[in-house]
Order: sequence, then C-alpha cells, then structure tokens
Amino acid sequence: MSVDTEEQSRSTSRDEALAELERDWGERPSLRGWFSTVDHKRIGRRYMVTAGIFFILAGTDAMILRTQLARPNATLLSPEMYDQLFTMHGTAMIFLFSTPMFFGFGNFLVPLLIGARDMAFPRLNAFGYWVFVCAGTVMFTSQLVGRAPDGGWFGYVPLTDTPYSTGVNLDVYSLGLLFLGVSTTAGAINFIVTVVKMRAPGMSLNRMPLFVWAIVGTSFMVIFALPALNLANAMLFLDRRFGAHFFDPGHGGSTLLWQHLFWIFGHPDVYIIVMPALGIVSAVLPAFCRRGVVAYPLMVLAIVTISIISFGVWVHHMFATGLPQLSYSFFSAASTLITIPSGIQIFAWLFTMLRGRIVVRTPFLFVVGFIVTFVLGGFTGVMFAITAFDQQVTDSYFVVAHFHYVLFGGAVFPMLAGIYFWLPKFTGRMYAERLSRWAFWLVFLGFNTTFMPMHVSGLLGMPRRIYTYPGGLGWDIWNLISTVGAYILAVGLLLVLIGVVHAVRRGAPAPDDPWQGDTLEWGTTSPPRPYNFAPVPQVHSLHPMWDERTTGALAIDEPLPDHRAMTTSELDGREEGVIEMPEASLLPLAVAAGILVVVLGLLWAWYWTGWYWFAGAGALLIFGAVARWLWPPERTPEEAGVAS
Amino acid sequence: MTAVVEKATSPRLLSAEMPSGRTTGWWGMVLFVTTEATIFAALLGSYFYIRFQSGPHWPPPPLEDPKLTKVVIMTALLLPSSVPVMWAERGIRKGQRWRLRAGLAITMVLGLAFLGMQAWEYSEDLKKHTLTTDAYSSLFYTTTTLHGFHVAVGLLMVGWLLAASLRGSFGYRRHERVRLTAIYWHFVDVVWVAIFLCLYLSPRL
Amino acid sequence: MRRDPSRHRARTPWRLTIVLCALVLGGCARHEQSTLHASGAGAQRIEGLWWLMFWIAMAVFAEVMLLLGWALWRRRRARAKIRGGDAIGGIAVLGVVIPFAILVTVYGLGLRDLNALAAPRQDPAVTVDVIGHQWWWEIRYADPAGAVTANELHIPVGEPVRVRLRTADVQHSFWVPQLMPKTDLIAGKVNETWLQTGTAGSYRAQCAEYCGKQHAFMALMVVAQPRADFDAWAAATAQPATTTLTADQQRGRAVFERSSCASCHTVRGTTATGRVGPDLTTVGSRWSIGAGAAPNDAGHLGGWIVNSQTIKPGNKMPPQPVPAQDLQDLLSYLRSLK
Repeated sequence: MSVDTEEQSRSTSRDEALAELERDWGERPSLRGWFSTVDHKRIGRRYMVTAGIFFILAGTDAMILRTQLARPNATLLSPEMYDQLFTMHGTAMIFLFSTPMFFGFGNFLVPLLIGARDMAFPRLNAFGYWVFVCAGTVMFTSQLVGRAPDGGWFGYVPLTDTPYSTGVNLDVYSLGLLFLGVSTTAGAINFIVTVVKMRAPGMSLNRMPLFVWAIVGTSFMVIFALPALNLANAMLFLDRRFGAHFFDPGHGGSTLLWQHLFWIFGHPDVYIIVMPALGIVSAVLPAFCRRGVVAYPLMVLAIVTISIISFGVWVHHMFATGLPQLSYSFFSAASTLITIPSGIQIFAWLFTMLRGRIVVRTPFLFVVGFIVTFVLGGFTGVMFAITAFDQQVTDSYFVVAHFHYVLFGGAVFPMLAGIYFWLPKFTGRMYAERLSRWAFWLVFLGFNTTFMPMHVSGLLGMPRRIYTYPGGLGWDIWNLISTVGAYILAVGLLLVLIGVVHAVRRGAPAPDDPWQGDTLEWGTTSPPRPYNFAPVPQVHSLHPMWDERTTGALAIDEPLPDHRAMTTSELDGREEGVIEMPEASLLPLAVAAGILVVVLGLLWAWYWTGWYWFAGAGALLIFGAVARWLWPPERTPEEAGVAS
Repeated sequence: MTAVVEKATSPRLLSAEMPSGRTTGWWGMVLFVTTEATIFAALLGSYFYIRFQSGPHWPPPPLEDPKLTKVVIMTALLLPSSVPVMWAERGIRKGQRWRLRAGLAITMVLGLAFLGMQAWEYSEDLKKHTLTTDAYSSLFYTTTTLHGFHVAVGLLMVGWLLAASLRGSFGYRRHERVRLTAIYWHFVDVVWVAIFLCLYLSPRL
Repeated sequence: MRRDPSRHRARTPWRLTIVLCALVLGGCARHEQSTLHASGAGAQRIEGLWWLMFWIAMAVFAEVMLLLGWALWRRRRARAKIRGGDAIGGIAVLGVVIPFAILVTVYGLGLRDLNALAAPRQDPAVTVDVIGHQWWWEIRYADPAGAVTANELHIPVGEPVRVRLRTADVQHSFWVPQLMPKTDLIAGKVNETWLQTGTAGSYRAQCAEYCGKQHAFMALMVVAQPRADFDAWAAATAQPATTTLTADQQRGRAVFERSSCASCHTVRGTTATGRVGPDLTTVGSRWSIGAGAAPNDAGHLGGWIVNSQTIKPGNKMPPQPVPAQDLQDLLSYLRSLK
C-alpha cells in the first residue's frame, strides 16, 4: 500500500470516529433534552444568562435607589420599599449574580482549559444549576409581591429576628440563601474534583492555567466559608420560626455570634467573588500582550495565600462593635497583609504588559479599566484595615464607594473583559469592536462618576442605607453626581447587552482561535462540539496552544471513542484511566424540584401549619430521586468480580 | 506518529478499566465530608462562644450537666460500628460478598440502636428543657439533632448498599460506592466523638 | 497632640476643591457632620490619618499609572520587542518590599491612633448613658440624676465625657463624625466611648448602623457648651416640668395627662410616666422633633401629633385624633416645656 492511501484511509477512519463521537455525545434538540442536558457548556451558558438576568434585575433596583437619592427629602420610595430594594440589590449582586456568573465562566471554561470532555460530575453540575435558578426565582418573586428581605445583605440580628421582623421577608432570605448554598457547594466540589482528576495528560499542576488555579482557590474558600453562612441562616430560621434563642441576649444568646459567623463567611466571600475575576485577567492578558503572564509561580503563590489569609480577617467588619483592642490589632495586621498578594498580581500584570507587545482590543481595555479601578479600591481597602480609620468611615458612603471599586471594578470589569474575550468560544460569533469600545468608555466613565463621589459624601458624614437625607449637609451635589453617573453606567451596560445580543444574532462567524490564545480552549472549534476535544490533548508546557507538540498532536491523534473521558493523577497529570461519563438525565431537575418544594413548604408554614406536610412530601421526592440517581446497575458476578 | 495512534487506540484506552489511584468519587466524597465537618466545627465553635459569654455556671442554671450513662452507651454503640464497615469493605475488595452483607448488616443494627438510644435520651431531656428554653438548649438540640440526622442519612446509605449488594452489584472490580459510604460513615462516627467531648464531657471539666 | 507638619499644607488643595465644587454646584453647604471638619480630639487624629493615607495612596497610584502608561505608550512605537524573563525582581521590589514598608508604617501609625482613642487623657467627670431606640436616642445623665432628654446630648467644652451605650431594641451605632469615630450599640452589651472637643458648637450625629425603616431619621445633636452653661442646662433639665402655666397651657396639660399621650411619654412632675417614647419634660427647647425628622416649631409639632406617620413613616407613634381646640392647648403646653 502506498503512503497516500494509508494517509487517506487514516483520515477516513478519523472522520468515521468523529461521526461516531457526534452520535455518542450529541443531543438532538427537544424539550426533554433541554431539561436533561448535562453538557457543561450548555450549563455554563445557562448560568451566565441566568446570572445576567439577575444582574439586570438587581441593577434596576440600584437605579431606582439612585433615583431616590438624587435629591434630598425625596419621596419616590417609601422606607419599606427602599429597604427591600437595597437589601435585594446587595443580596442578589453578591449571591445571585457574581458567584453564579463566575461559576458559569468556570463551568464553560474549566473543562476546556484543562482539555477535559466534561466536569467530573456532569449530573451534579446540572443539579447545581437547577437549584440556583429555583433559589434565585424564589428570592426575586418575593420582591414582586413586596415581601422581599429587608434586613440588609448582612442581615444583622436582632433587626432580622423576632420580634423586630415578623413578616416572611427574612425567611425568604435565610431559606433562599440556604437553598442557594446547596448549589454553590455542589459547584465548588465539582470544580475541585474536575481540576484534580480530569486534566489532560501532561498538565502537571505547574502547567495549569492561572484561571483554573483561581477557580480552585475559590472553590476551596467556598468549601470552608459557606458552612458558616449556612449555619447562621439555619440558626436564624430556627430562632424566627421555632423559638430558638441563638441570637437572643435575653435567653443567653448573642447577637455578635451572628456577626462572627456571617463575616467568617463574608470576608472570604469577597475573594470568592474577586478571585475568579483575577483569574480572567490572567487569562486575557497573554493573548493581548503576546506573552505569558510573568512570574507564574508568584501568581500561584498569591492565589493560595489569599485563599488562606482571607479566613483570618473577618473581624475588620466588626471594628466598631467594641471588641477587645488586642483582637483589633491582630485582625488589623492580617487585613493589612492580605493586600500584598493582590499587589503582587497587579505588578505581575503590569510587567506582563511592559514586557510584551500589546494589542489593544476591547477585552484588553476592560483589563486596563480593571487595573485602574481595582487599585483604587485596594487603597481604600488598606484604609479599612486600619482600625481607627475604619471606625470613622465604616457604615458610611465611603465604604459603599470602597466595595463598589473592589467588586464592580475588581469583578465586573474582568467579567466584561471575559465576556468579550470568550464570546467567540461561547457563541461561535464575533462581537462588533466599535460598539464594544463605546460600551467600555461609557462603563468606565459611568462607574467612576457614580462611585468616586461616594468617597466624598462618606467622608462628609453620610451614613449608608438611609432612604433619604436632609438637604444642606453638603451631600446633595455628590449624590446628584452619583445618580447621573449611574445612568451613564446603565447606558454603557446596555450597550454591552446590545453587543452580545447583536453578536449572537448577526455577528460574523468566529474562527477557532481569533486571538491566538495560549490555552487549550482555542484548540477546539467555536463553539466546541459536545465532546470538546476529539483526541485527548497532550500538554507539554504552560502554553499548550503556543506549543507545536500539543497542536500537532491535536490535529492528527486518533479520537478517544465512546462516551468516555480520561482521568489523570492529581499532581503531575499522568494518565490513569478512562472512565464512562454519565448520560443526560432528568433526575438532577427532579431533586432540585424536591428541594424547591421543601423550601416553599417551610416558607409558607408561617401562614398555614399544613404546609409542613408539603415540605415532607418534597423530602420524599428528594429521597426517591437521589436513590434512583445513585442506584448501581445490576451486574453479573464476572462483571462485578466475585471471589469463587 | 504511529506511536501516537497506537497509544490512543491501545486496549487500555478502549476499555473502561478499574480506576487506579483516587477516583473522582473519592475526591468528591472527601470534599463533601470536609465541608460538612466545617459546619459541625462552626456549630461547636458557636457553642463555646456562647459558653464563654455566659455566666460562671454552665449549663446555665437550673439546668444540670448532661447525664452520661446513656450517652456512654451510645458512644459504645456508634464508635465500634466503623469496624464492620471496614471489614466489609476489605471483604468486597477480595470479592467476598458475604462479608459485605454481614458487615453492613451489623453496622445497620448498631446505627439503629444508636438512634433508638438517642430518642430515649431525648424523651428524658425534653422533660427538663426544649429547643426554646435558652441558647444553650438551642445549641444542644440543634447539634445533636443534626448529628442524628447524619446518622440517619448514613444508615440510608448503608441500607441502600445492603439492598444493592443483595441484588449483586458489587465485587472486587466494582466497589466504589462501598468505599464512599465507608468514608461518610467514619465521618459521622468521628463527629460524634467531637460532640461527645464538647457537649457532654466539657461541662464537667 | 503632635501634629503631622505636612498635614496643613497637604489638605488645603483638596479642601479647596471640595469647597469650590460645593460653592459652584450646590451653594453653601454646612459641614456639621463632616469627618473632614473634625473638632474633637479623636476625629482630628483620624482626619490626620486620612490625609496621610490619601497622599500615600495618590503616590502609589501615580506609580501604577506611570507603569501602565509606559506599557501602553511603548506599544505605539513600531514593533516593540517581547522580552522574556519573569521580572520577579521587579515584582518583589514594587509588589512586596515597598508595599510592605508602607503597610508597616501605616499600621504602626494606625495602632498609635487606636491607642490614643481608647481612653481620654484624664478621667471623665461627666458620664452620660445613651440608649438607642427605634428611631430616637434616649439621653440620661448620671449626675445630676434625673437629667433625661432625647436626641440632644450636651457636653462641657474642653473636658472628656464618658458615653455609655446601650440599646433598647436592635443594633444602632453612635457616630459623631466631627468628634469621635463610631461605636455600635449592641443588644445585651454595654459599650463605652468618649467625646471631647475644644470648640463650643453643635455637632450633628446620626445612627450609622442600619436599624430599620427610619434609620435615615435617627439624628442626634451634640451641643458643646462652656462648663457653666452646661451645668446650668443640666440642672434645669433635671428639674421637673414647671407648674406656672397659663390657662390654655393648663388645659393642654390636662389633655396630655388624660389622653393616650401619657401612656407612652413622661413629663416629669405630672402624672404622665410612659416609657415607650421620649421623655418630653424639655421638649420645647429641643433642636428638632422626631430625631431630625422636622424642625421644632408649632406647625410641625401639631402635624406630628395629628399624624406623625406623614412626617416619619413607620415610627412607633400612632396618629392622634385630637380635637382642634385641644390640639391648640396641647401645643401651647408642649411648647412651654423647656
């Protein structure tokens, strides 16, 4: 046989293998398929779209708040309405937007970045999404009927406890967040296991992209931080509904216990939100600086350090509560030190830019916007670590300015960079560059116009969470500027939305690798096929797509057949074996629905005791679905392996 | 080039082998148990936080130190219940299904006995104080009930394994689920030790 | 107090900007709640700390912008070369060594200020209990006993005053921005802070911890007076309400005592001893009604009595359907309580 025919037959056999993969992995569009899919890319896109919708809702809340605050003594909103709006704005932005949005990014990207075919637990992944949708819907529905949580996003007792809060509002808060916690925990476990076991062969830990490191760091923080929040919310619910006394000083309880538990979660949560964003920055920069991010080991070290120190700083949210001075000095020191790893990352990015050749496109602009705003937020962050200064400006608009610089500047700017950067991969379409640049400048200008004046109004003594204020205290003009800025920001974000919708509907088809990126997701089609990669990628360096050994092998290697994926060893990514991946299933949806029934039953029990039975029915549904989900197949003795 | 093709089509890649090393399931269960353990740690942390805020007497009068007799028996039932699970797991690794069934059955009995004892203990405790008496009682009942719930979930898992093993799902090739259930059961066991030390023994120190 | 010599020079331009902006855009604004117009010993220290940190932050920001600008500018030159290397040295210096030095300095200064705030130099002669309510402040002096008022805290100039903070319901925070950083009022706990100022005047304060619907209108006026004035005020406030009343004032008192007013409010020297709302023994002399919700004049007071919910929605006082003549008498009586 001549060489030519051999080549030919190989390429036909490759085509056949690909067709077979399509059959094994492909999902025909159907209603059932829509509800039963376990494809991490579809789930990831859904996470992002759903979180985006929640962002629009919570952003609308903010616009109404800013409109009310534009002038003194405004009467657009009643105090009750204002309280619900600001509570929902904060709670939704933190819990229903930021984390789920980054989980969406992670869901779509982590398996692609590590060269895997799916998450380690695809069904658990689908389950996490359904739970998130249900929890978010419950919480926003409460707002539609005017019963939304109204105790602030950190829900301090005793205001949120009986007898000061009697409606269903805070039950929505505690149950909603407990419900959502299930999703976040499931997602975090899934990310860690995926990264630990499913990396492409050759991707040892020191060849793992920084975004993946960031997701792992985030997930570990979730594992250790979220229990504190869940426990606090469970205690709050028991206090409110069943007469327990955890937070009741009249019966030996402590109101500060809530604050400790909340912030033991709450401070790591700031990094849970920001760290994936920093990961996105590290992922976007190489493509636009034409070189890898400098000081990779230091960057990894920074991620790991932040994940650890973030658990030792929570008391800086409680500097005004009258705790002993000694504890103040300790937590002040820890809070000061945690800026160093963030500083390392900032300078590493700056040096990456200095040592590379910059190509300015929209994602890069958002990264620059991020650096400017995040650095400013970092400065005020250090100021809040200094106890005496914190005591002066905490709970004023200065802190509102600070955390918007950190959370909007530090998380939303990278998020927008990521959206433009990966839009070709998410949707297979390119965005329009001119429109997106307009969007950037409006967002950047609008953001700073909104939040910079809040530093001043805070220093001028304006407390946060007030539904209106008297004129003549020097705050009027700064509030007016903020409100104008908010509208500019809203227009900018609207342009982002228009850009995305336009790209999806009319955008030019995207090439596989529009940016000449360095990581594996650019080595597959845009958007990727359901099986991601036909052959298992072989990784030989930190930048596999800039490495001919990897790209060459991807082009010619035989596809890994069947509905299977490869597992590798934890540290050095050695091939270990091939595992069967689970098929699509409706069971995750059923379990999530069961939890929803339990939550609704507990929520409504307030008005009608019979609803507790409703909750019981939901528990049965959960039990049945989980038992079915995990029921092992019957096997012959040979298959299972029985000693004769 | 041929080497690459051969590698990709080697028998090892074409058949789903027994997983070597730690499996995804193992990691998943260990992480789940870790986050669960953190909940208990936070709960016991809250217990000591409230305790050190409270007056010189703990538990707050008129409550007395929790009685030990039944709890010691409960501990004596639950702690050893990890042994038959280990024995069962070792057995099924060698393909001995009878050991799996017997071991799981013994664990079932011990676990059920533990829950029975807990119900008995509650019936006496509830005469003295309830969830709504004070913060101490809230913590006491929440912690022990949460643990009891975990024992119940563990028993469901064990029972479900037992049912599956009677049907014949496991052998030396396939015993992943036994391993995972064992991890969970050991966790439930270890948490009880912590609860026993904190809630029952520490007030007497 | 040792003052940072650079402080005065430093804060002038920034202040100027603020003042100019305010003048140009918003007309003259009072600064009676501004941390940047500190008057008390504690707040002054923190103002100094702020300007120090502000200028350090500006310097570091300039450095970052310089690096960023340089990186972007280099791009414009044709074909800038991609350089290898990891820049670990640069990152170690700019990202670790320099920040560490700055942070240690700032931390040390912050600690010094924190210690200075912990307790006044001399032991306070005046102690006052401040009790937070939804949504007003109860003020009780230990000496002279019985000096009880609401939403108005008088202190002598030049002396430290001990403030004991408790709450009757939910969490609040005591914050007089011009005098002292905030301290929370925690249920089940008594916190202490202190106030001191060298300048007589009024300093507006406001609850800083979200405490429910009317968190926005839970203001407090701190009035610093020369010692003699303070003593006179305290002695007068400790007295029961005057009994030399005009005829309509007497009718007003009768209305007060027999209507529902008395079940929630106290006027010392009468049969009205309610403890739910503020003590009204000196209501006529206070700076506002409803803890900053409205000015204290006859019109607003009348409106407040008839339906305070229109002025401060959600507050705990239900509307009072008082007949018109009774209301006139009641107003005349309440206005006389000074």
